[in-house]
Amino acid sequence: MENYLLAVAIIGLIYMLLTLGLNLQYGFTGLINFGHVGFFAVGAYTSALLGIQGLPLVIGFAAAMVTAALTAYPIGLLSLRLRVEYLAIVTLGFSEAIRLVIINEGWLTKGVQGITNIPTLNQASGLGISASLLTFILLILANGLAILGIRRLTKSPFGRVIEAIRDDEDAVRALGKDPGRFKVRVFMIGASLAGLAGAFYAHYIAYIVPDQFLPLLTFYIWVAMIMGGAGKVSGAVVGTGTLVLFLEGSRFLRDVVPWVSAVEMASVRLGVVGLALVLLMLYRPGGIMGDYTSR
Amino acid sequence: MSLKIERVTKLFGGFLALDEVSIEVPAGALYGLIGPNGAGKSTLFTVVSGFQSANKGEVTFDGAALDRLSVPARVRRGLGRTFQVPREFRHLSVRENLTVAAPMQAGENIFNVFFRRGRIRDQEAAIAREVEDILTFLKLDEVAERPAGKLSGGQKKLLELGRALMAKPRMILLDEPFAGVNPVLVEKISRHIQELHARGMGFLVVEHNLQALSALAEFLYAMDRGRILAAGEPEEVLGDPKVREAYMGGIA
Repeated sequence: MENYLLAVAIIGLIYMLLTLGLNLQYGFTGLINFGHVGFFAVGAYTSALLGIQGLPLVIGFAAAMVTAALTAYPIGLLSLRLRVEYLAIVTLGFSEAIRLVIINEGWLTKGVQGITNIPTLNQASGLGISASLLTFILLILANGLAILGIRRLTKSPFGRVIEAIRDDEDAVRALGKDPGRFKVRVFMIGASLAGLAGAFYAHYIAYIVPDQFLPLLTFYIWVAMIMGGAGKVSGAVVGTGTLVLFLEGSRFLRDVVPWVSAVEMASVRLGVVGLALVLLMLYRPGGIMGDYTSR
Repeated sequence: MSLKIERVTKLFGGFLALDEVSIEVPAGALYGLIGPNGAGKSTLFTVVSGFQSANKGEVTFDGAALDRLSVPARVRRGLGRTFQVPREFRHLSVRENLTVAAPMQAGENIFNVFFRRGRIRDQEAAIAREVEDILTFLKLDEVAERPAGKLSGGQKKLLELGRALMAKPRMILLDEPFAGVNPVLVEKISRHIQELHARGMGFLVVEHNLQALSALAEFLYAMDRGRILAAGEPEEVLGDPKVREAYMGGIA
């Protein structure tokens, strides 16, 4: 049971990094990114590929963040030309393109077979504690730093401008400021957090295949952000917790409703998350912590 | 610092929205631009401020051509604008709306946010004082902490003006500052414009409230169907038969 809880906590913390990044992009800046999982995949594969070459994991993690941010750069440039809904479609297509590249470029990524034997954190560190525990501790640290960093950024003049961009981009231009500069940076920061999450994931699971990077994950992160409250750092934290609670909690539904088969249960779990989201939006449209419209 | 609009033409498909429009506003002058709905006044503003490009003609400000500059670059040159329908940052407070508009903020740079906090703090304090001045000047101090989206229409107009002022322009294109504003506030906004004008700021004001505008402006241009109909002293322009015809044409 302890191992199970630790595993849930680790996945939850990985999701939290993803939610923090998406929240900066959408909640604070209004950029609709439906391709978040693409940057997660870039980070996971970058760090995994460097890790199996025997490079120190610190380098792998740093490279995961950098490559994810660099991949986000062209998408950020696109966001200058595209209005919200078009950006949503482009980013969704982008993340699927990343997945297809991973499937087809087998010389690099081993295609659908995936990458196995990715070194775990404790193997690399040589410390005497278990991989899970070490991963958990480092994830807490990473999330803590991410929260502090995002707090400082969003409370700065930079943060003021991105929130203004979310409300009315043309008005920002009419004040002599170029929204593009800000949007590209926000895209890259959010993506680098997704890349970091990907690196943690790869080295925790130790085995990655393209099927782990489906758009469903992007939408889980959206659900977490919306349930918590978009545009609030606390919202990202609480929302991720709630999402994981529903995803994992619904596992135990079988104990209550034993006549549902395991296969059906997978669908029931999704249904539970959907229902929770609908109810929350009906009775608390700003999310649990209240979103940016209610500050 | 004068604004020169020379033979600017703008086509929307086959529709000639601006037909060789030429307007000159000297530095520090307070000029008005009138015309019935659809005359092309707002189109002229979108072209001059750079939101759309002209098909022909050129716009110069302070002797420099603006035509190839982006919207923000034109504002940084000193040519500001407001919008006909206020475009406040509705989820930010009135104070934040004004603060965000201050130009050249060190804290807009991510490196500075994390490593040069002292510099940002000093600048923030200076900006806060400017914001305080504008809040007092426009009598918005009582609603300073309210989300801008919750202001009344008239207050939004004032905020729109205040925000444009924070960007420190030398000339402002004011798009219908009196639209949807009650007579008392019209008076108030007029006084603010006059005060700013007295301090040397230039204005080109588009307005349908001809009475308020002719009391305010030193010189009027009248437009109809994409062309300049008349230009001169307010009484002169308003008395011009062509201008009367343009306004009354539909009715008479």
